[in-house]
Amino acid sequence: MIPGSFDYVVANSVSDAVSLLQQHGDEAKILAGGQSLIPLMRFRLASPSVLIDINRIADLAYIRETNGTLCIGALTREAELDHSPLIRTRYPILLDTSSMVADPVVRNWATVGGNIAHADPANDHPATMLALDALVVAVGPDGERIIPIEAFFTDSTFETTLRPDEILTEIRVPAPKERSGGAYVKLERKVGDYAIAGVAAYVILDGDGHVNYAGIGLTNVGPVPVKARDAEHYLLGTSLDEANIHQAADLAAAAAQPTSDIRGPAEYKRAMVRTLAVRALRRASARARGEE
Amino acid sequence: MSTHHIRVTINGTVYEGDVDSRTLLVHWIRDDLQLTGTHIGCDTTACGACTIIVDGKATKSCTMFAVQANGRKIMTVEGLEQGGKLHPLQEGFHEKHALQCGYCTPGMMMTAAALLQHNPNPTEHEIRVGISGNLCRCTGYVNIVKAIQYAAEKLQASEQVPVSAGEGS
Repeated sequence: MIPGSFDYVVANSVSDAVSLLQQHGDEAKILAGGQSLIPLMRFRLASPSVLIDINRIADLAYIRETNGTLCIGALTREAELDHSPLIRTRYPILLDTSSMVADPVVRNWATVGGNIAHADPANDHPATMLALDALVVAVGPDGERIIPIEAFFTDSTFETTLRPDEILTEIRVPAPKERSGGAYVKLERKVGDYAIAGVAAYVILDGDGHVNYAGIGLTNVGPVPVKARDAEHYLLGTSLDEANIHQAADLAAAAAQPTSDIRGPAEYKRAMVRTLAVRALRRASARARGEE
Repeated sequence: MSTHHIRVTINGTVYEGDVDSRTLLVHWIRDDLQLTGTHIGCDTTACGACTIIVDGKATKSCTMFAVQANGRKIMTVEGLEQGGKLHPLQEGFHEKHALQCGYCTPGMMMTAAALLQHNPNPTEHEIRVGISGNLCRCTGYVNIVKAIQYAAEKLQASEQVPVSAGEGS
């Protein structure tokens, strides 16, 4: 399968990419890892007339923690998250997530920024970033704009609030606080497949073990990445015991809007959201309490 | 459509050519350069038959445009054998009967070569995870894992690097 015709240009810097976007408008697409975009182009499901290759912008790939925030450069490869000592020791929820993205060969090129900017509800990072309340940094002709992850996705599949002349440059995640913990759990038919369902959970407990913050995101059970708000609100102030976890999981399952497809009937997927939410919350709780 | 002049080092040899922007790397390698050891399997980024090593990273060459490879160093399955001598991975696949139809073998070996480059002494689990993006429909993987273990031992014993100098990074 051969993609349709397009022009190819290399951006050597972020400002270069922005001026190319300005020049070509929404006819252009950013080519990062290409592991979603190139297959879409081969299937002719995407036919951009210009590709702006950002793979040569070396300073867009980094993982660093400063002033209580983890900053991930948009061009950071999933494999770099997989192997980062910082991620492996301090951000188990991100390791859970990156290690479930596609397969190890795809992860050598696939980028964290692309996984989010593609806004595919089947991608894994959106749910995790919704749970973590991440921030997305976008750069356009007027400079930098910081977008809360909830405001980054819209009600339409594959749509974000990025403007046609903006590029996603960084993802910001709050550094772990005392008694915080998160987990991402994904059910897939086989390695490399999209999730049947996936659940990300992140909690922060107070000194008495009560929930101060709860974030829950769902993968591939709706037209867009789903934030399970009712479940999050319910958990606030609870002690996150088994009964609380099951009640929250019921609410998360109620927030899912799965459709029946080759990965199973809608009711099965909803049941899996419930089960996975229980597992994600148990693990988040264990990590927050230093038990794992 | 744009046409681009590219210059790519493959298995130590510099290749140059003009490519359309939409030409996939695997098609340039197979059709223009006639390096047909690299296979096309699913064409959907799933099977890994087209895996090659680009700047030290195992890469599905059906999911990269040829123009993106400009200036990069590539190793294909043709680069494994050196001076008429099989690479320990090739030897391992032969000794351990790690192939039946052989279609996945070039991609499987390239993924394994990159894996051993980064992790010279992998556990069985690490091998199984490492090759989980490469599908084999014949063997059930058991002998592929044994072949990679064979190569790992042999490479360590000889202190040979899995990927020859200049191709590894």
